[in-house]
Amino acid sequence: MTTTAPAPVQKKLPRRSLVAWLADTGWRHLVAIAVSIFAVFPLLFVISSALNPNGTLTGSNALFSKFGPDSFIRILTGNQTPYLLWFGNSVFIAAVTAVASTLMAALAAYAFSRMRFTGRRFGLITIVVIQMFPQLLGAVAIFLMMTAIGDIFPVLGLSSRLGLIMVYLGGALGVNTYLMYGFFNTVPVEIDEAAKIDGAGHARIFFSIILRLVAPILAVVALLSVIASFSEYLIASVLLIDPESQTLAVGLVKLVSNPRYADWSAFSAGAIMAAIPVVLLFLALQRYIVGGLTAGAVK
Amino acid sequence: MTRSSLLALVVKIVLLAFIDAVAVYAAFFVLLQGNLVATVAILVVTALINVVYLARRRFLPAKYLTPGLLFLAVFQIFVLLYTGYVGFTNYGTGHNGSKEQAVSSLLASSLVRVEDSPTYPVTVVDRLGQLGLLITDPEDDTAYVGTADEPLTEVDAEFENGKAVSTAGWTSLTFQQVIARTAEITELAVPFSDDPNDGALRTPDGSSAYRYLSTLEYDESAGTMTDDRGVVYSDIGTGAFVAENGEELRPGWQITVGGDNFVRALTESSIRGPLLYVTAWTFAFAIGSVVLCFALGLLLALTFEHARMRGVRYYRLLMILPYAFPAFLSILVWGGMMNESFGFLNQVVFGGADIPWLSDPTLAKVSVLLVNLWLGFPYMFLICTGALQAIPGELTEAARVDGARGWNLFRHIKLPLLLSTTAPVLIASFAFNFNNFNLVYLLNNGGPRDTTTSLPVGHTDLLISMVYKVAFTGQNRDYGLASAFSILIFVIVAGIAIFSFSRTRALEDIQR
Repeated sequence: MTTTAPAPVQKKLPRRSLVAWLADTGWRHLVAIAVSIFAVFPLLFVISSALNPNGTLTGSNALFSKFGPDSFIRILTGNQTPYLLWFGNSVFIAAVTAVASTLMAALAAYAFSRMRFTGRRFGLITIVVIQMFPQLLGAVAIFLMMTAIGDIFPVLGLSSRLGLIMVYLGGALGVNTYLMYGFFNTVPVEIDEAAKIDGAGHARIFFSIILRLVAPILAVVALLSVIASFSEYLIASVLLIDPESQTLAVGLVKLVSNPRYADWSAFSAGAIMAAIPVVLLFLALQRYIVGGLTAGAVK
Repeated sequence: MTRSSLLALVVKIVLLAFIDAVAVYAAFFVLLQGNLVATVAILVVTALINVVYLARRRFLPAKYLTPGLLFLAVFQIFVLLYTGYVGFTNYGTGHNGSKEQAVSSLLASSLVRVEDSPTYPVTVVDRLGQLGLLITDPEDDTAYVGTADEPLTEVDAEFENGKAVSTAGWTSLTFQQVIARTAEITELAVPFSDDPNDGALRTPDGSSAYRYLSTLEYDESAGTMTDDRGVVYSDIGTGAFVAENGEELRPGWQITVGGDNFVRALTESSIRGPLLYVTAWTFAFAIGSVVLCFALGLLLALTFEHARMRGVRYYRLLMILPYAFPAFLSILVWGGMMNESFGFLNQVVFGGADIPWLSDPTLAKVSVLLVNLWLGFPYMFLICTGALQAIPGELTEAARVDGARGWNLFRHIKLPLLLSTTAPVLIASFAFNFNNFNLVYLLNNGGPRDTTTSLPVGHTDLLISMVYKVAFTGQNRDYGLASAFSILIFVIVAGIAIFSFSRTRALEDIQR
């Protein structure tokens, strides 16, 4: 660890020896290359086995030895795997959850940030406390409750995507409101007041002024919500029983539950196709996320 | 009134009308189930929603808070309380209904065909998806209809060759439909009368039914079951009928068992043992994950903290990829790569070795940590980079002037500053990993399985995956015990939360 501090700034030398280069930036490249390999090789492995027409796990070990679209065709058309349905379910659930939970959290954060009312402090503390309790712990109670709700409204019961969305909405609200509350506070109140003087009502101020000013945090919260519900396994596996209603997470896990006999390259093809939208979304919004994360961390 | 505000009013009224309609429907159904408290709760909440949104210029904060509050109340707060309640019951496989349901289910499951039963001509009928039997009494040619829940009642029917073939309100099944639903039809047992001891009618072929009687006899006044050997099973308050020799009839029913689940969890050695080591491993895993990810992330941030280095952008992109790739997929991929006989690690990286990555209890723990390091270091790298940049240049300059160099500069100046600014992230990361269900369950199913206990627990299971397994996998689902575990986790998490409140400024922000 003695070398981790920046090396003393050197004046331009006519020639640098290998040792000097190593001490200055060379070791940094070595560390970076080593960690890059660690970071990338599982991804190379899954890409390679997706392109490999052979099915098994063993067949996938020779990286990039064979190429062919067979495994993509198998996962898309296989009888055992309604992949496109799973994909549609995941996208539907993630999108609706993201939009609805972002909107609800924004509404709540607006009230907490801009209005003064009895119970405001208590409400904020409740939200901070509740966001500490992961919804996962209530899986048993959620399962029993959704079974009971399904007796009254079959549309919302077990194997219902809408029901799952409602569960997700309740679970993410605390965290999202708390994240947004901080950001709403950074928008100057003078803007609201100016609009009020111009005759705008509270709804108009919220929907056409505030929401635009807080767009970056809306993007971050929506993206985090998409990623969270896309990857969520526990509650989805408990509630979505009917294979047609399952998400990618539940379906793909089932597909490789026995690695010895699983069609590994078909799984890899499915995994690649599932990951692409998330990775692209992530890289496109990366600046906001990193900004949002570090702003939260390093106040 | 302008056009846009008129539109807003119309939207508001339509939405409210929809909510009211749904609520009234739900209240009606809940009332039919005999749950008065829930009915009143639904109606009161709906009335409040209407008041909040119909009152002009009043309850302004409530207008913004209500949607979120509703979901929070139902899916977080109620779930929390309900978990608490279930933790004090024996809810689970064999104990998931009321006593009446248990009695009728016991009697139905021990049905035996009466040898000299008359043959009842039968027509299978359907009402909104529920099957019923329309039978004709061979003695007096009257028609009766009944379902699994409703005993036979006399009805007016149309007859064909002395057999009732259809009745109002029911759809008679065609021959093809009977074939298609054979399994469902042969399962169907229609109670003969209100008294469960009268037995039931069943049809093995969909065209004629026979009388079946239970080998068990229920004595309602004494609350006991007697079987055909004369053994008496009585209700001794454990939620099941128990014979004197301790033999239990399944299914039983749901009762409140007080603190029994907690007492079992803390005293029964076959549960206490796994609970203790799973708790210890959960802490070790969460702390280990945070420390490892933070160390690697910090090392990288320091490595790249150098203006003259080239290609930093590309390294950063490569290192962010594990964070961008959906975690459940990368966990499954790692699981495949770590497979002992076919996996990439053993076959290629270690040249055909047989390293038991996931099947040796100790090595499996190392593997779980390794995979979590892969998943988590990019995030810590981003955080540490931001935190390092936020350290004022004057501070490090001043330290240099005072003669601090290299390790000392890092250890005494940068690290304390870093730790204080990243503390909230580290605590949040600990809390996340404490319940990192996806990792342990999807990588290795919490395994290798611990064979010394009857609970379905493995050596890498965290508390949360243990809850999941006790509740949802295996032959015996034990919701009560699982909820009791959940409550124990709640207590631990609450302790961590209180600790972190005292250390961070989360609450101070609210004081403003």
